[in-house]
Amino acid sequence: MGREGVLNWVVALALLAVPLAAHALDEPFIVTLATKVAILALAGVGLNIALGLGGMVSLGHAAFFGIGGYAMAVLAAPVQAYEPLMTWPVELPGTKSMPVIWLAATLAGGLAALAIGALSLRTSGVYFIMITLAFGQMLYYFAISWPAYGGEDGISIYVRNGFPGLNTLDPIQFCALAYGVLMAALLFSRMLARSCFGLALSGARQNPARSAALGIRPYSVKLTAFVISGAITGLAGALFADLNRFVSPAMLSWQTSGEIMVFVILGGVARLFGPVAGAALFILLEHLLGGVSDYWKLFLGLALLGIVLFARGGLIGTLAGREVAHD
Amino acid sequence: MSVMLLIEQALNGLQYGVMLFLMAAGLTLVFGVMGLINLAHGSLFMVGAFACAAVAGATGSFWLGLAASLAAAAAAGALVELTVIRRLYARDHLDQVLATFALILVFSEGTRWLFGSFPLYLDIPDALAGPVTLPGGIDYPLYRLVLIGIGLAIAGALFWLIGRTRLGIRIRAGEADREMIAALGVDISKLYTIVFALGAALAGLAGALVGALQSVQVGMGEPVLILAFVVIVIGGIGSIKGALVGAILVGLTDTLGRFLLPILFSTFMETSAATSVGAALASMLIYILMAGVLVVRPGGLYGRA
Repeated sequence: MGREGVLNWVVALALLAVPLAAHALDEPFIVTLATKVAILALAGVGLNIALGLGGMVSLGHAAFFGIGGYAMAVLAAPVQAYEPLMTWPVELPGTKSMPVIWLAATLAGGLAALAIGALSLRTSGVYFIMITLAFGQMLYYFAISWPAYGGEDGISIYVRNGFPGLNTLDPIQFCALAYGVLMAALLFSRMLARSCFGLALSGARQNPARSAALGIRPYSVKLTAFVISGAITGLAGALFADLNRFVSPAMLSWQTSGEIMVFVILGGVARLFGPVAGAALFILLEHLLGGVSDYWKLFLGLALLGIVLFARGGLIGTLAGREVAHD
Repeated sequence: MSVMLLIEQALNGLQYGVMLFLMAAGLTLVFGVMGLINLAHGSLFMVGAFACAAVAGATGSFWLGLAASLAAAAAAGALVELTVIRRLYARDHLDQVLATFALILVFSEGTRWLFGSFPLYLDIPDALAGPVTLPGGIDYPLYRLVLIGIGLAIAGALFWLIGRTRLGIRIRAGEADREMIAALGVDISKLYTIVFALGAALAGLAGALVGALQSVQVGMGEPVLILAFVVIVIGGIGSIKGALVGAILVGLTDTLGRFLLPILFSTFMETSAATSVGAALASMLIYILMAGVLVVRPGGLYGRA
């Protein structure tokens, strides 16, 4: 196990130990912060598949994050209003069950990624960045102007959705759930990176012409990765909406896309635990600087600038040294 | 629906379009010449608007404010280029996105620190206030008409600058082959600073001019930035002509879509439903336009790809 492997274990255990210790000391706020880190890291894990493995610089992942959030609200809102989800063609009730909601959010995120990716991947480079940004913005304005799901005000869910066998209203139990999902996604991401598909994706990133010559269509491979990436980010969106018991168009805004990207880059692009370290550092900075100054984002901006200009490779890259073997 | 209302909306769309052009021109130049994607371009738009509002508020002269907006945005652009952007030319787009995203945070929070969270208001100068009557008996605000004029004049000046002057030759040469023109003795880093400051000044001017139509507040630049991205994706990155055509296309599509779609839907739906469906669809229209252009021409209308 190399230095990065050790570091990964340290990050994973810290994210488990901090909420447990906070729970023991009766500090539910810190447990909630750790839950937020786990959920935002999950969104980053999704983006990292597109960005790190596939080299697709998507500035529109808020679209999938928000769609996941709205999938949760659309399914759960009818239950609290005692109405069916739909009456035609078959009568279907809403649901407060997390596994069902997660499945729906993952599917919705993946389908949206399929549509957006199929169009955006016709281009590359800077066009791709701008187009993903524009599609994200399109959904943002749609959510604002479409009155059926709350419009600008969003939707509140009064009681957190349930998970069989757990009391999700208890902060530490919900935190454990988010942590479990994050670890499962990390495991999946690791397996994906080492699979034949992951190697094909790496090839498509590094040299599309050569992969095409080997019989691998870069477009299909990249699109598949983009869909997986959108699906995971959609799942994170459903969890995030459940954490806040609220969704609003702000989840779809381009600042959210920027922040998810910041998690990934802060931690280290293409590093397995990069998004986890990045999200933890971001939330820590937000919490610490936010207590000092109302203008904490100014210092966050300066810190980010410093990291991009002088500490390439992000947190994991700086601590673990040695670039991952690619390019 | 009266024809007069339609003409008025078309003029509004044209005015919106030429202001978008001022933003898009700087972005497309910076991308074409330096290969840099600059998310902080919207912040320069905001800097221009705040400089104009502050100076106009202090001196009472809109024109001094306008001059201040040009100077402040160009100075901010040059400063940012010298301290940060310069280090990003050799980096990949990902680093550029993150660094310029960080710059947005710095600009937005810095402005909030200086000016507070409340929006500032900028009055239209007295000489340009009020409506004029156009041929055909349409009353139209003079200020908006002047904006169209200024935008088109600047577009003309920019075509002249790029196509007919020594600086323009160097800019085009820089786009084509930066090593070669450096070898020919052109100070390439000075050229980059000038191009960046020029783009910044155009964005600042747009901010000041539009600031008189809406409120001047932190975060006003980002929606415009994203529309400017849509414009240059439609027009083709690096092409000034594409930016002009794309900007006017986007301005007209957006304004006329918001006006016509609810009317169109109300022919076969109830009025309230037609209004909400029409508004929701109108807000997506320019992105649908962009997707359409990409399907037909992935490199944009005037792109080289």
